[in-house]
Amino acid sequence: MSSIRGSRGAEMTMTTDQNTPAPALDIDALSVSFATDGGTLHALKDVSFSVPKGRITGIVGESGCGKSTLINAILGLLADNGEVTGGAIRLGESADITKLTPRQMRDLRGLQISTVFQDPMGALNPVLSVGKQMRDIQYRSNLSKREKDARSVEMLRQVRIPDPEKRLTQYPHEFSGGMKQRVAIAMALMMRPQLLIADEPTTALDATLEVATIELLKELQQEIGCAVLFISHHLGVIAELCDDMIVMYAGEVVEQGSVRQIFRNPSHPYTRALLDCDPARLHERVKHLPTIPGTLPDLRNRPKGCVFQARCALAKPECGQPVTSVEVTPGHIARCIRTNEVTA
Amino acid sequence: MSAPLLSVKDLRVVFSVGGTLSRLRGHVTAIEGVAGVSFDIAKGETFALVGESGSGKTTLARTLNGLQKVASGSIHFDGKDATSMGRAEMKELRRRAPMMFQDPVGSLSPRLDVRALLAEPFRIHGMSDRDLDAEVRRLLTLVGLPVDFASRYPHQLSGGQARRVGVARAVALDPQLIIADEPTAGLDVSVQGEVLNLLNDLRDRLGLSMLIITHNLHVVRQIADRTAVMYLGRFVEMGETEAIFRSPAHPYTAALLSANPEPDPDRVHDRIKLPPEVPSVMARPSGCEFHTRCPFAQDLCRRNAPPLRVNGGHQLTCHFPMNTPAQAGLEQAQ
Amino acid sequence: MSEQASIKPAALRARSFPGLAALRKILREPMGFFGLALVVLILASAIFADLLAMYDPTKIAPQNRFQGPSLTHLLGTDHLGRDLLSRVLYGARIALLVALGSTALSLMLGIVLGLMAGYGPRWLDAFLLLVFDAMKSFPTIMLALTIVTLAGPSMVSVVMVVVMVSVPGYARIIRTQTIAMKTAEHVTAARSMGAGTIRILRVHILPNIIGPIVILASMDVPVVIGIEAGLSFLGLGVRPPTPSWGTILNDGFANIRDSSWIVIAGGLPIILTTLGFTFLGETLRDVFDPRLKGR
Ligand SMILES: Nc1ncnc2c1ncn2[C@@H]1O[C@H](COP(=O)(O)OP(=O)(O)OP(=O)(O)O)[C@@H](O)[C@H]1O
Ligand SMILES: Nc1ncnc2c1ncn2[C@@H]1O[C@H](COP(=O)(O)OP(=O)(O)OP(=O)(O)O)[C@@H](O)[C@H]1O
Ligand code: SF4
Ligand code: SF4
Ligand SMILES: [Mg+2]
Ligand SMILES: [Mg+2]
Repeated sequence: MSSIRGSRGAEMTMTTDQNTPAPALDIDALSVSFATDGGTLHALKDVSFSVPKGRITGIVGESGCGKSTLINAILGLLADNGEVTGGAIRLGESADITKLTPRQMRDLRGLQISTVFQDPMGALNPVLSVGKQMRDIQYRSNLSKREKDARSVEMLRQVRIPDPEKRLTQYPHEFSGGMKQRVAIAMALMMRPQLLIADEPTTALDATLEVATIELLKELQQEIGCAVLFISHHLGVIAELCDDMIVMYAGEVVEQGSVRQIFRNPSHPYTRALLDCDPARLHERVKHLPTIPGTLPDLRNRPKGCVFQARCALAKPECGQPVTSVEVTPGHIARCIRTNEVTA
Repeated sequence: MSAPLLSVKDLRVVFSVGGTLSRLRGHVTAIEGVAGVSFDIAKGETFALVGESGSGKTTLARTLNGLQKVASGSIHFDGKDATSMGRAEMKELRRRAPMMFQDPVGSLSPRLDVRALLAEPFRIHGMSDRDLDAEVRRLLTLVGLPVDFASRYPHQLSGGQARRVGVARAVALDPQLIIADEPTAGLDVSVQGEVLNLLNDLRDRLGLSMLIITHNLHVVRQIADRTAVMYLGRFVEMGETEAIFRSPAHPYTAALLSANPEPDPDRVHDRIKLPPEVPSVMARPSGCEFHTRCPFAQDLCRRNAPPLRVNGGHQLTCHFPMNTPAQAGLEQAQ
Repeated sequence: MSEQASIKPAALRARSFPGLAALRKILREPMGFFGLALVVLILASAIFADLLAMYDPTKIAPQNRFQGPSLTHLLGTDHLGRDLLSRVLYGARIALLVALGSTALSLMLGIVLGLMAGYGPRWLDAFLLLVFDAMKSFPTIMLALTIVTLAGPSMVSVVMVVVMVSVPGYARIIRTQTIAMKTAEHVTAARSMGAGTIRILRVHILPNIIGPIVILASMDVPVVIGIEAGLSFLGLGVRPPTPSWGTILNDGFANIRDSSWIVIAGGLPIILTTLGFTFLGETLRDVFDPRLKGR
């Protein structure tokens, strides 16, 4: 295997590249906790990364690692028992948005950030027709009802819903899972946001539509010029759609860099193990699919050193001490003391 | 080969849409969610269903489970006709052919703990006289969850764990066929691997048959013996999984396989591009229903519906299958 | 196969309702503490009226009329010389019996009708909605007068009035939530396991929608106490000599020139009970279901 290796040991810098102008989204040492019966649960710890303008950043990680929590923190929609305990979130030139009032946050959500959530059923109100819901999100515009409907139809057509006019009068349960997800995408893009956050928007789509949706997202992203934060469990989709990516484990960013850097040269043992588990890499049928043995650590008692220790094949006693991040190649950062020994 | 466990013949499912008003105006009021589908599943076999979103896969699964009314055709389960079953027989069918739903957490009642969730099948089927605690322990162990999970509520489970509870509930009452709708959606690849290993393992140990619906073609390739590809409520191709993956014969199958994103940022995809305007089941295209998107469509396709071609275990509806002399000739002509 | 998938530590999103934790949450709020204390006090006085009351509440003793508070009669006596404290204590029984009984009955009827409308066939839903709207369109007073005219003044009439007034509201809320939940995946999953309609409603739908309605009903208790007192005050409810806070008030107003104590004895418990249940209900709502605010 012949990939370029950078010098080891360089201290981590907050943003991946200082030459770029202010990023669309900048997250700086963000920590989030949930109050639970069993004690405080540290769902995110010191998460730092930025999403440059006009680029698509993907997030991957084990289910339960805090991806949705991160998004909710950005949107100011943490559950009642959740709290930002440290760090800052900046949107474009704005100041820290974790300090905004709920009202200001709501305006921000309507105009500058929009979201497509993981659960297509939850995104739509089961007792309102789709047309009514699409009209409702345009409440800020002063178009007539008919013009709003026309825009809805146009948007539905853009996400390839057949018969959009007729579909407006239908209720969510009359749509298939994939169609509901495309309706949700249409609703999110209607507002032409600066930042689009998509939490697994293509899971319910077949491969041809998944690819079409990716291309559509890319196209609309370029047209609107927005930045996109894209969560997916489908590594193939990340590889194809995203420019940069972030790998999370147990509420920490363990690796970040460009998609090429990470897929070519995974430098954190967790990333490595995750890529190995992808059945897309298997070219024949196997009796047992690869998995990562072990479980996520208890987030109420985070381990002192590296979060991945308990499951890491390369773990050494030193890993029990706090681990700093290492710049593997410019812009490619991994939080592990043995990055050099991780082989792709 | 013995009689199949499940045998579906020419199944059709119809939804009525629109209100009274559009009915009066004479607009289309009925759509065919499933439009004439036939297949068998043998004992111990895993059968995969892939296809367009909205092509009727979930509807088909729900119909097999008696959640949706059959418009015409037949479903035979273990030799008995499921379309004319009474209440008691249907209940028995549901016991023997349980269904796993797409949303792992959403399909569990939020106010019941895992213990109650796993006891539910026994209660529903009047077996509460069994030692339910012992059954719950047995099921948890079977799916590899610690026994103390019995006291957790669905929102306290991760996606993968909730999925396991779904599996445990499905295998609770000695099923013969598991119908799994998107059993790995929303799971990361390592947890997905665990769930599939678990299902495979149970199939080997208990001799189950499985019907798996999924969009993930890599999953299909790993666990299905046979695969059917659905488009607008019909099967366009069906056959051995390996054969279909090696050389897809229907242009839609080929497009599906070529679209599959690979985890490699530098891969140059040699894709069969399809226009994404999916035709509506309310206005089915003439002739071959795929012709509006098929890159190989000819006049014949627009006029006549292709006949069903059966070749051993392989079935296909296309005038000009891929990788055949007819198709090659066409490509040259173009 | 590795032992298990990613673990979320036990008891994460703390949303289960074990009684003790709930109690602690309520007591943490000053308003909840106060409300709960009042409610417990009133419940205790109703339950232990036999033990606490030193006199028979209906025993007439003309020689003791219009006495002010004293050590023998802590709240004084009324125009017939009856001990007011004893009457208030027994009155609490009537008030709570009517309030809790009729609220519980309304709740039960509302839930059953709401579930039927929400889960049943469309024609049934349309029919029930019509009935609810018709019932709702009567003003409370007219309804009360009609029922009392037809059935005569009694405790049963009071209960009937309350039920007629509150059932449509409860039923509508339950109906809306049932409709929203009917197509939920876990309900379909239960059907696919072979569960019958009753089981689905009882195990898979009701527990998920009952919380808010119970909270709303607990906030309605003071209203019902008001209705009972009001009707009894007007002579349309509980018949004398049975002690009711409403009849005590009535006696008080009739004799206000001779003694102001009777009005106070009748009014104070009404105010305290109303405060108690309102505070408790609002705390319950804020703690368990803040979304209901503003309803
Ligand atoms: N309201 C809450 N209270 C307590 N814990 C919570 C809450 N919300 C999330 N968590 C916990 O925080 C962690 C992160 O959850 P999150 O939903 O962000 O995961 P995720 O990465 O989005 O997972 P998935 O890929 O399965 O969607 C989990 O361990 C979860 O159990
Ligand atoms: N209750 C219903 N009323 C009317 N039409 C319905 C109903 N349920 C499903 N349909 C329609 O039937 C068709 C098939 O839907 P189905 O949910 O079976 O698709 P699917 O293949 O499972 O799609 P996906 O992969 O997106 O989940 C769609 O056109 C859908 O809109
Ligand atoms: S720091 Fe140590 S335990 Fe952590 S990932 Fe690197 S080698 Fe493994
Ligand atoms: S019959 Fe014609 S249009 Fe249909 S799939 Fe085959 S080549 Fe394409
Ligand atoms: Mg999530
Ligand atoms: Mg489906």
